[in-house]
Amino acid sequence: MTSPASSAEPLIVVEDLHTFYGKSHILHGVSLSVGPGEVVGLLGRNGVGKSTTLKTIMGLVTPTRGKVLFQGASITGLPSHKIARLGIAYVPEDRRIFRLLTVMENLRTGLDRHGVTEARKQELLGKLFEYFPRLAERRYQAGGTLSGGEQQMLAIARAMMLEPKIILLDEPTEGLMPRMVSQIREIIHMLHRERVAILLVEQNVPLTLEASQRVYFMEKGAVRHHAAASELGVNDPVIHQYLGV
Amino acid sequence: MGLFADIPWDIIAIQTVNGIVTGMILALVASGLTLIFGIMDVVNFAHGELFMLGAYIGVIVLGASGSFWIALVVSTLTIALLGAALQITTLRPLLGRDPLTTILATFGLSLVLQNYALWQFGPVARKIQEPVSGHFKLFYLEYPWYRLVIALLSAAIITGLYLFLKYGRYGVWIRATTQDRVMAQAMGIPVPWVHTGVFAIGAGMAAASGVLFGPLVGVNHAMGLDWVLKAFIVVVVGGMGNLGGSILAAIFISLLEAYASIWVSPSQAIIVSSVVLILTLLFRPTGLFVPTPK
Amino acid sequence: MSTTRHAKVYWTGFAVIIAVLAVAPLVLPEFWRRFLTEILIWGLLAMSSDILIGYTGMVSFGHSAFFGLGMYGAAAALLMVKPPNLWLAIVYGLAGSAGAALFVAYFSTRLRDIYFAITTLIFSQIFYVIIFTWTEVTGGENGLSFRRPELGIPGVYSVPFTSETLHWFVLAVVALSYLALRRITQSPFGMVLQSIRENEARTRAIGYPVERYKMMAVMLSGLFAGLAGVLYAVQNRFAAPDFVYFVVSGEVVIFNVMGGIGTLVGPIVGAAFFLSLREFFSRVFPFLASTFNLPQIAEFPYLIPVGIIFIVMVIFVPQGLLGFARRWLNR
Repeated sequence: MTSPASSAEPLIVVEDLHTFYGKSHILHGVSLSVGPGEVVGLLGRNGVGKSTTLKTIMGLVTPTRGKVLFQGASITGLPSHKIARLGIAYVPEDRRIFRLLTVMENLRTGLDRHGVTEARKQELLGKLFEYFPRLAERRYQAGGTLSGGEQQMLAIARAMMLEPKIILLDEPTEGLMPRMVSQIREIIHMLHRERVAILLVEQNVPLTLEASQRVYFMEKGAVRHHAAASELGVNDPVIHQYLGV
Repeated sequence: MGLFADIPWDIIAIQTVNGIVTGMILALVASGLTLIFGIMDVVNFAHGELFMLGAYIGVIVLGASGSFWIALVVSTLTIALLGAALQITTLRPLLGRDPLTTILATFGLSLVLQNYALWQFGPVARKIQEPVSGHFKLFYLEYPWYRLVIALLSAAIITGLYLFLKYGRYGVWIRATTQDRVMAQAMGIPVPWVHTGVFAIGAGMAAASGVLFGPLVGVNHAMGLDWVLKAFIVVVVGGMGNLGGSILAAIFISLLEAYASIWVSPSQAIIVSSVVLILTLLFRPTGLFVPTPK
Repeated sequence: MSTTRHAKVYWTGFAVIIAVLAVAPLVLPEFWRRFLTEILIWGLLAMSSDILIGYTGMVSFGHSAFFGLGMYGAAAALLMVKPPNLWLAIVYGLAGSAGAALFVAYFSTRLRDIYFAITTLIFSQIFYVIIFTWTEVTGGENGLSFRRPELGIPGVYSVPFTSETLHWFVLAVVALSYLALRRITQSPFGMVLQSIRENEARTRAIGYPVERYKMMAVMLSGLFAGLAGVLYAVQNRFAAPDFVYFVVSGEVVIFNVMGGIGTLVGPIVGAAFFLSLREFFSRVFPFLASTFNLPQIAEFPYLIPVGIIFIVMVIFVPQGLLGFARRWLNR
């Protein structure tokens, strides 16, 4: 994986984000960027603020300071439904599929948008079910009856229905069996081929290094280090510094 | 007392029918209330006033157009719009705050709306002519057809609501928002508008109930109070946010009250529903008709 | 602000206000004298409600029941025992409201928030229906009227109330109630209540029997509400079911919110504010109607503008008029 040319206009720019949860200062000035079609990893120990960064980009958390720019325009403070419609999709850490809705209905929440013709919807669904045959089989089943891995697939599939320019993926492999982990890897590759950018928060270092072009390292609520994935090995001292016990 | 020997079966049968009829209207009112609560966590104190204003608009449109059905439709749409406007102005700013503030805000609304009706229409009750006259023989009583019409229409409206929620595109939005408001919004669903829409639907249903119920009693500014109280009992007994439960509870409570009024005066019949409420709170606080206690 | 300085300012302010309120009936015309007394009585009722809303975090729509039963209890004493005895009226009234509070407390304190609010509402309506329909005992729709008792100890020394002495009596009762409630809210018991308001789960986890505390809070609140009912009965010489209707409960909550919850005096200010607005609007509309020849607005209900003001305050000024002083008043 080669680093993309940094002259491309970045898709998402996060500048000096500060957020609070009650009185706790969670993000202490996070800055990063993701270019179009790039896969960018965000690594760090538990609790450093990786998920909060994604949530802030998605508008689920309002920052007290700092900006989020999407294609050059500020989206800071916009409500999440507007952000989703602009082309940013979010796959949260605990999947959070709609358990009482069927698989089809879950997908429809992303599919039923303005300006999408019925034909296009069928096309998208067709392609999706090719990638996720298991979901096709279970399409009329309630989301809550799916296994953990299938729910993760559904969460990603649902996000893809928004035809996003970037997907914010929060720990997709958490709690999954190794076979499912490699499926996730396949999905990330597929999305990359489709020119969908990904901001990937993960604890699984090998997967992140293999799938990403660039990696950010967070510690204590801020980005402390940044490198091209190709320059890092799994046992790099940097990895131990930011992720080691 | 030879109570069992003297059971007036025909009166009981009549009261059963009456109970079901009233129960269906109560179900219509309560389902709007429980829908609003289930989806928005808002206890709409002004629901009774929406019912009352719906009835008044029914009176006016009936007078202007001569058609009950036009009155029903116009009233439903008008109050739905009023509901949307009220939600946008007074409830949206309260999103995310302590849910008790919405009780206060809707209580304030109910005072304003009720007094407005008093000022606008005066204290004298108005009448809505029933659209379907004529009676049929129910035992020894001449039973009005119209009451059956009410029950059927209410059932139809509730069924329509159920189908809309289950199959409509916006039904999916509403159900997704109920389950996980945050993720629904992250999927691009405009949650604030879903809330407004749901409130409007609830308001419209209350208005329709008001128009349907109008011919049975006089339409006056205070008619909403009794209904909202009973509707609250129904919603708690049926399970907050549980549509099916509310309908069953509405019929259950109305039947009990109908039977009770064989022996006591109707105003005391509310004690019956209150006893049911107390028992429910003691033994099954999540609701009598909730499938599995949580 | 140091503790002693705070205490000095606080008690000076308190003394000044009491002095003003005591002198007032001597200079005001009769109507306004009664108005002021009424504000104090409603203020006491609202203050009792603040124990639940402001200090324990439980919004009750059932205070009309406690108030009404205090009123009817007093009525019972004043009608059944001759000569009418003020202290007996108070005892009966408190007993009546305590009974209602016990009933409400037992069923409702297991419920959280909204369920509690709705249940108290429904319970107060049950009391209303019972009072309204049990005509033989309660006088039904027409209520009960009776003579005002005399101030003093019957048999030893008693003097009939004048408008001034009644006002001073009410003022004394309300002031003492305030001091008592203040003492209670600052006691360990009061601290537990506030801890329940802040985080019920945590309070329970620490080991406090939360339900029992809530029940005691309801009882306490009910007692003082009943006391207000007794004062009202003594002032007006009648008891009517209207005062048990839930709209009264709603107005009490309005007083609390407008004045500022959790301050004890805030609700009294809220009552004053509301009742003043009521007087103002009740006069302004007929005035405007006759001045501008718009007869239709002569009867414009005061509750429309007052209700709107309330809604606006809920949205924009939820801390109420005295909310800014809440910390200060509780030290």
